[in-house]
Amino acid sequence: MTAPDVLQPSTPEEAVLLFEEGVTVIGGGTIVVPELTSGRLRPKKAMLLTGAGLAGISRDGPRITIGATTPVSELESLPAPIGPCAANVADTEIRAQGTVGGNLCAGEGLESPRGDLQAALLAVGATVRSAGAGGETTEPLEDFLQHRKDRLLLDVSFEEPSAGAFAPLIRPHTHDYTALAVSAARAADGTVRLAASGVAGYAVRLPGAEAKASDPEGAAEVATADVTFADDALASAWYRNRTLPVLVRRALTQLQEV
Amino acid sequence: MKLTVNGVERSFETPPLTPLLRVLREELGITSPKAGCQQGGCGSCTILVDGAPRRACLLPVAALDGAEITTLEGLGSPEALSPIQTAFHEHYAAQCGFCTSGMVLAAHGYLEGGGTPERESIQMALAGHVCRCTGYVKIIDAVAAAAGGEIQATQRWLPQPGDEAPVEIPGAPA
Repeated sequence: MTAPDVLQPSTPEEAVLLFEEGVTVIGGGTIVVPELTSGRLRPKKAMLLTGAGLAGISRDGPRITIGATTPVSELESLPAPIGPCAANVADTEIRAQGTVGGNLCAGEGLESPRGDLQAALLAVGATVRSAGAGGETTEPLEDFLQHRKDRLLLDVSFEEPSAGAFAPLIRPHTHDYTALAVSAARAADGTVRLAASGVAGYAVRLPGAEAKASDPEGAAEVATADVTFADDALASAWYRNRTLPVLVRRALTQLQEV
Repeated sequence: MKLTVNGVERSFETPPLTPLLRVLREELGITSPKAGCQQGGCGSCTILVDGAPRRACLLPVAALDGAEITTLEGLGSPEALSPIQTAFHEHYAAQCGFCTSGMVLAAHGYLEGGGTPERESIQMALAGHVCRCTGYVKIIDAVAAAAGGEIQATQRWLPQPGDEAPVEIPGAPA
């Protein structure tokens, strides 16, 4: 095996300039490095973002912006659903190394969905700034997730919600990816957004349930209509189908109590 | 690129994406970080990067230029164990020993971060570490004792002046 050509940008501008489709982007390394060690991934070209200056959380009034290589652990102090969702990712060491960008951009795993943080950030209506073909764009996270493998994520930002809630299935083990978790958030204008991680390849909004957000029971009844469930080693499609309504009800009830 | 390993500065020409674990074990002969699952799931390769516990198998060495790495060899010496090593010794917290260096370093990070003797928070701090001997009860006992400052002052099992020369440990500071 020949070692890949490794790009090591030292500024965000250099990272944008060097990025091209097909390059393997490494944030913290928690996903890519084991793939390299095992030989499952043999990239010709890789880009290591450690020194690219893309880490950090900044606030501008109610707007919070999280740089791509910010470790997941730094999100634990953010408001719900982001904080509790980040604290529910893997273990202490992995959270301190894995990055927000990696968590959002991770492709589907060999056995199960990845991207624990996706639903929490969908629930707060996050937008993503990314680079790639056609230049730099800012778009809703929903749209970004569909073509995330072709883009270099620079940062993700959102307005701090007035209330938030996070309802996960308890993980069988600390290292399992999220089998199913529902995030809910009420924006400053009163809009409630609901999203689920772990349903399938990437997280999705639950528009049917959002429309009935003031009625947790009613929202739970319609939640599964918007989703196609993965059937994998972590949980069967049947199990996900049965538990999504429970988590929707819990998240919305929690939200009412905040 | 340069790394400081257990207080000694080292230079490398290793390919940038080589995991730190391979550099420590195969280039430097420091074998306390174990090559267990090599995908971040077992905790046995845990080391300290600038004082905080990390998985050596997941870290591309290029991401660490200039960092200070501490392995078990740098935590204490047979003559002067660190508090957490003493606690592991006193509470018989090692069985086969494969997970022990990772457990000790994660527990050290927990104590340095102001960890308390509460069992539940110790469990959370060590959640990523697997002991296949299932010796968790004694490991948690040891961490709780160290966090509560309940370590015996007399370390009579340790080598004493006049004992045979201690075994040389590769990678340990001189």
